[in-house]
Amino acid sequence: MNDTYDLRVAETHIEVHQFRGGAIVATTLLALLVQTSLPVYFPKFSIIDLPLLITIYFGLSRRNPSTGLLLGMAIGLLQDSLSGPTVPLGLYGIAKTIIGYLASSIGARLDTEHPAARFALTMVFFGLHQGLIVVTRRLLLAQPETWFTMPLGIAAAVNAVVGVLLFMLLDRLRKK
Amino acid sequence: MLQILLLAVQIRRDSQGRLIRVWTVGAVSPFERVGNSGVTGIRGAWNHYFALQNTSRENERLLHENNTLKLQINQLQSKAAEADRLAALLNFRKSQQSVPMLGARVIGASADTASQTAYLDRGERDGIRRNMAVITPDGVVGKIIESYRDTSQVLLLTDKDSGVGSMLADSRIQSPVGGTGEPLLAMKYVANDDAVNLGDRVVTSGMDRIFPRDLPVGTVAQIKPGNPFKQIRIRPAAKLESLEEVIVLLSLQPLDLKKEPETPSAGLAEKTAPGLPRPEKP
Repeated sequence: MNDTYDLRVAETHIEVHQFRGGAIVATTLLALLVQTSLPVYFPKFSIIDLPLLITIYFGLSRRNPSTGLLLGMAIGLLQDSLSGPTVPLGLYGIAKTIIGYLASSIGARLDTEHPAARFALTMVFFGLHQGLIVVTRRLLLAQPETWFTMPLGIAAAVNAVVGVLLFMLLDRLRKK
Repeated sequence: MLQILLLAVQIRRDSQGRLIRVWTVGAVSPFERVGNSGVTGIRGAWNHYFALQNTSRENERLLHENNTLKLQINQLQSKAAEADRLAALLNFRKSQQSVPMLGARVIGASADTASQTAYLDRGERDGIRRNMAVITPDGVVGKIIESYRDTSQVLLLTDKDSGVGSMLADSRIQSPVGGTGEPLLAMKYVANDDAVNLGDRVVTSGMDRIFPRDLPVGTVAQIKPGNPFKQIRIRPAAKLESLEEVIVLLSLQPLDLKKEPETPSAGLAEKTAPGLPRPEKP
């Protein structure tokens, strides 16, 4: 059985990666657990959005828009659930559904294995994710929200660096 | 020659004994000195350069022992800090015996990177309900926004949606204090004419009917003129970035905490737990 296969004839260099059984579920749950636990001891850690990084990684690797969309939705809704009443259910769900879809769509067209490509894409997706949350808050929830602040720019860069390192770690979960 | 020697044996110097002894000692002692320094040098060279085979092992053992001791010191410091915090909680609990309250540990944070909330290890089964006040001996922490069976969620003062009825402790000027999503809080409605100074204490006013009156909220850290109100930033009295244990006031009715003797620029922590650090002043 082929673990990797050519996605389409015209794009023979693009591979769809398969992961070990339960890897996606376990990684997602672990990311959510770490996201809610670590800031208690290291407050600065809250700058990192691990569920977003996981959504981007599996979206880029699986390269199937349907899978990316569903995974993004599941991760986003779980994050909403763990965020409490200040975050309405669906806020992160909507944002991560779109990010999951876009990541898997882009992953199907571009080679996203190089660290530089991963860094750039993570920064772009982080900004887009933030933009989607601001739009949702402003349009649907009528909550004033600033579009961009310097801490957000720093957070995008930090998440991109962490993303590159995390993605290298997650590459080990791929089937050979 | 023999006669000279005999004379030397007989002649006695006042302080140095017989002359023959003086000569003998004078002749031998330089050799002894040279011999002694030679032996000392050789012994030193042996001890410091050649006989070092155990020193390296000794050094490793001492380094290991040093690291172990450092670790033990860290553990003891951590335990001492925890004991201090728990003692402060206990003191506060004892000083307010008529007020129903419950100690809880912080076990988690929000999954939303922009929210300032925390999960506690106590919930509905322990009597915790929404809108109950959460404090530490240092000051106000926030309020319960969701209560589950065994856990509950606190909205910290620093969250953008958070607020507490407050007033300046000395001038009694009232104004709500709210979170900004950043470490400092904002005091919103203080007119430009009102006198406010850096370091002024801010306490709860009790007007929100959640927090009892006169709990420390923080100290004034920044003042800027604004239109129509001053832009005042407050440094929280409670250490919201490193919360470990908190107290939940188990009542939805307005509570009156026992008023303790007022001391200038003293927070609740200082009154109840002298060992705890005072709220930081800007």
